[in-house]
Amino acid sequence: MNLAEQDEAFRTEVAQWMRDHLRGKFECLRHRGGAGDEDAFPALRKEWEQELAAGKWTCVGWPQAYGGRGLSVAQQIIFHEEYARAGGPGHIGHLGETLLGPTLIAYGTPSQKARFLPGIVAGTEYWCQGYSEPGAGSDLANVQTRARLDQTTGEWVIDGQKVWTSLAHESQWIFVVARCEPGSQGHKGLIFLLVPLDQPGVEVRPIRQITGSCEFNEVFFDGARTSAENVVGEPGEGWKIAMALLGFERGLSWIGMQMHFEHQLQLVCKAAREAGTDKIPSIRARIADAWMGLKVMHYNTLRTLAGGQDGSLTREGYIIKYYWSNWHRDLGKLALDALGPEGDIFIDDFSRTRLQQVFLFSRSDTIVAGTNEVQLNIIAERALGMPKEMRPQKPTTETRV
Amino acid sequence: MIGAQDFSLTPDQLMIQESAAQFLDDRSASAMVRAAMESASGFDASLWTAMSQDLGWTGTHIPEAYGGLDLSFVELTLLLEQMGRRLACSPFFATVVMGATTLMMAADHETKARLLPQIASGELTATVGFGARGVDWDPASVTAVAEPVEGGYRLSGGFRHVPDGSTAALLLLVARLHGEIALFSVNANADGLTAREHANLDRTRRIAHVTLDGVVVDSTSLICRGTSLNDALARVRAMAGIALASEQLGAAQQCLDMTLAYAAERVQFGRPINSFQAVKHRCAEMMVKIEATRSAIYGAARFVTTTPDTASLLLEAACAKTFASEALFFCAQEAIQLHGGVGFTWEYDPHLYFKRAQASSQWFGSPGTLREEVAISLLDAARPVSCQ
Repeated sequence: MNLAEQDEAFRTEVAQWMRDHLRGKFECLRHRGGAGDEDAFPALRKEWEQELAAGKWTCVGWPQAYGGRGLSVAQQIIFHEEYARAGGPGHIGHLGETLLGPTLIAYGTPSQKARFLPGIVAGTEYWCQGYSEPGAGSDLANVQTRARLDQTTGEWVIDGQKVWTSLAHESQWIFVVARCEPGSQGHKGLIFLLVPLDQPGVEVRPIRQITGSCEFNEVFFDGARTSAENVVGEPGEGWKIAMALLGFERGLSWIGMQMHFEHQLQLVCKAAREAGTDKIPSIRARIADAWMGLKVMHYNTLRTLAGGQDGSLTREGYIIKYYWSNWHRDLGKLALDALGPEGDIFIDDFSRTRLQQVFLFSRSDTIVAGTNEVQLNIIAERALGMPKEMRPQKPTTETRV
Repeated sequence: MIGAQDFSLTPDQLMIQESAAQFLDDRSASAMVRAAMESASGFDASLWTAMSQDLGWTGTHIPEAYGGLDLSFVELTLLLEQMGRRLACSPFFATVVMGATTLMMAADHETKARLLPQIASGELTATVGFGARGVDWDPASVTAVAEPVEGGYRLSGGFRHVPDGSTAALLLLVARLHGEIALFSVNANADGLTAREHANLDRTRRIAHVTLDGVVVDSTSLICRGTSLNDALARVRAMAGIALASEQLGAAQQCLDMTLAYAAERVQFGRPINSFQAVKHRCAEMMVKIEATRSAIYGAARFVTTTPDTASLLLEAACAKTFASEALFFCAQEAIQLHGGVGFTWEYDPHLYFKRAQASSQWFGSPGTLREEVAISLLDAARPVSCQ
């Protein structure tokens, strides 16, 4: 077999496996669990991830030595495409699989790898991300959560608050960026810690969102503890690890996301035909725009994946976040306009509910992971080389009215 | 499926891109474009000679058997991007993209063997006239008529928008013959053919009104007709649309580059204006549109070489051309805005790009036309939504 034939054979294998397994009790998971629907069937979706693990379909890009399949980029693309085409549900374990796992493989100690990687591969241990704080959203260098070493027990003790923590209530562990050198500023003096959520010093409070559902949380640390073995990198090097982790958030996960978008656009077309709005010229033009935008997103991702493998962002890489989030927000509005007055009414039909979710939830897309405004600054400064924002030399004195 | 590996440019392709950029920096700088614009032909003959005869660009995608370099459509788009960037005034688009591609898709071996080597070598300039209106290539717009006469055909009718129609030596013209469409080759000096150049907005590319008043051609001038011509021209339309999109991409990139350079120099309120967030964000938006367009074109250009299905190719072209038209217009208008007062002057270049932006957006499908084509496919024909 040549390479193309091998890839096609692999495509057939994935599609067949999905047909054989995404059925029976898992049937109801088709197309569920995407952004805005992340709290759908959590227990069953964890079972599904264990089903995937039994078929060796988790962490497929990881090296075989760590339980992955060591797939080529081309085969990973095929896997994500076929998974999503079959309606494979969103992964509750995606932060472990796409972010923490690769970070531990690159920077973890042998015992950290041995302790944490198998649970991610098996779909038995779930992770959430402790980066954002009320005062440190996109300005991650402003992290205030503190970690201090308790000399008597050798444990790190954590105090502070994280926010926008997706699926913390479904996770057992959180990776936390905290300040370990009192008085340090910016990206200096940070630590990257792996912290168990199930302990007295941790409180997870769900945040009720615009959708009415809760998948983000606030996480409060009040003397929470974790073993000294659970520091990734050296104390004080947290920034390096935190940034490296974000660097793994490239390309491949977008392929899967785009397949969800493709499905949503299919639902929009169906809704327009059923509501008769497919005859309205402006709706037709917007649907065409959505399709073309999706195509561009797909090609843009392939360009990124074809680019330098050294982790540096290429020009097209800089635009991805800004591009997809605006596209998706527009799709949400289009979805409800295509539904017409019916869009205001909730009925028990997921193909409609999904569009209502997209309308609402996509408002967060241009805020999370760097707001539109931050993204444009990044593009201007890093990709176009324009001058950096002027920052005040010292923190300004707070004034109260 | 087009895979990620297809999106890397090969070392040869990178070299073509870079050497074209350098050559055009020297040979199609602003002053030269302006001189060509003022000239009678609208293009710089020495630039054309260098591009066609010295560098062989005219043979880029023409098969070796017909005197060409036998490179792929991807290489052609890379060259066009650089030509668009410098608004290179030449008959390249009309001759190579429209003329040669039409012959490659529609002509028989004998005709190709006669005409393509002359185009590849740069001896022959060509263009295509389709309908009475526009450069949309809508079969319904064909109004010229051909009637059989002894030994050939007599052609009558008008073609209002023929790119470089007053300078091209060979005109490939579409007319109705017994109700179906037919493609004829007509020499510029044929009796009864007049080509009158329009006074047009985008002076970097001339448009002519070509009229046939009982032009008699011999029977070998009929190149192709009927369904096979329809199919061939649909494919040419898609390819020409993608090629034009590449030119637009280059022009949009240049709008951004010249704006970045200007904004770094121009001081207001004691600071270079590129330090203001309002200016930075507008430049970033330009880049977002440019890179999205570049991805659309990379995908579409590869599709040309990998996929025989013309209906899908037309959708690819619709996507690339719509993105490119809108990116160029946006970047050209932002270039004027961000150059401030001088952006509105004849002396500075943004207006040249602004005019090119508007004119080229109306060729091979305006964004409005192309969106409707996509909508028909998705909504009326209920083609499955797929981004691959």
